[in-house]
Amino acid sequence: MMDAVIPPFERFYCEHREEVFGLLVRRLGRERAEDAFQETFLRALRAYAALRHGRHLRAWVLTIARNVAVDSYRREPPAVELQEPVEVPRRPAYAELEHLTDDLPPTERAAVVLRYAYDLPYAAIAAALGSSEEAARQAASSGVRRLRKKEPA
Amino acid sequence: MKIPATLDDRFRAAAEREGLVDVAYDVAESPLGDLLVALTDRGLCRIAYRPDEALDELAAGFGARVLRIPRRTDRVRRELDEYFAGRRREFDLETDLSPVPAFHRRVLGELARVPFGEVTTYGALAAKVGKPTAARAIGGAMNRNPIPIVLPCHRVVGANGRLVGYAGGLDRKEQLLRLEGVAL
Repeated sequence: MMDAVIPPFERFYCEHREEVFGLLVRRLGRERAEDAFQETFLRALRAYAALRHGRHLRAWVLTIARNVAVDSYRREPPAVELQEPVEVPRRPAYAELEHLTDDLPPTERAAVVLRYAYDLPYAAIAAALGSSEEAARQAASSGVRRLRKKEPA
Repeated sequence: MKIPATLDDRFRAAAEREGLVDVAYDVAESPLGDLLVALTDRGLCRIAYRPDEALDELAAGFGARVLRIPRRTDRVRRELDEYFAGRRREFDLETDLSPVPAFHRRVLGELARVPFGEVTTYGALAAKVGKPTAARAIGGAMNRNPIPIVLPCHRVVGANGRLVGYAGGLDRKEQLLRLEGVAL
């Protein structure tokens, strides 16, 4: 299956860099977006060797970008007026599990979706979240526990 | 949204600085057309006449973290420029042939000793590696030589002196031999 092959990083980077930059500019403003852009692709590169297949890479890198934006926003909310507030992100990547995971905290939601909808290894999820592998594992499992509690008995 | 060139450069430099790259490459102009030049931490691992196709092969051989980092290729490009300008007869470069099968690696090691401006034959090279009847296998090793020009498979010709074959095309082989002053 061709799409399962992990592409050379250069191709992955060239395919997604403009969309990632656009997202970050909308969320953080032009100036802050530059640092966030570099951080996003460094996180992706750190986890790249741990990927097991090449599917859903767009969803993965956009998730990384959103998390980098959230981290940056938490450190210091941008002074400029934003086109797209960080608190209500668009989440095309989550579409399939959105209705289930909507109420989870952002980190748990990202971990659950990346793990169970996109079948990514924890090393890749950890890179997306900017956390350790163990923290990614815990976020996914506490997300799943939270979802189970919500299920009607 | 189009990204500024400085931002692109900064990311590539940071990736290299953090040691996150399996293969660094760039595409260089040459009298033979565009050449992809690629290196790992161990040395030069690929020169390719068809840059687009080479990326997937590099990812399969050395790891998927393949990234264009022009600065890393400076030294190789300089030596190639000198060679094409007629100012260099030998390359002084480390190589990384780790994905190459052992027998082919031995053949390439022998090939590296064929000097500038001279030619040898597939049969002679076969004899050198102790397999005098394996001329055809030698042809296979030449055909899959990952570092043409630097590992001079263009200096290997048929027993009758004809050029026979070259993965980069016979016209390139002829051009390289003429550059080295070999009478064809």
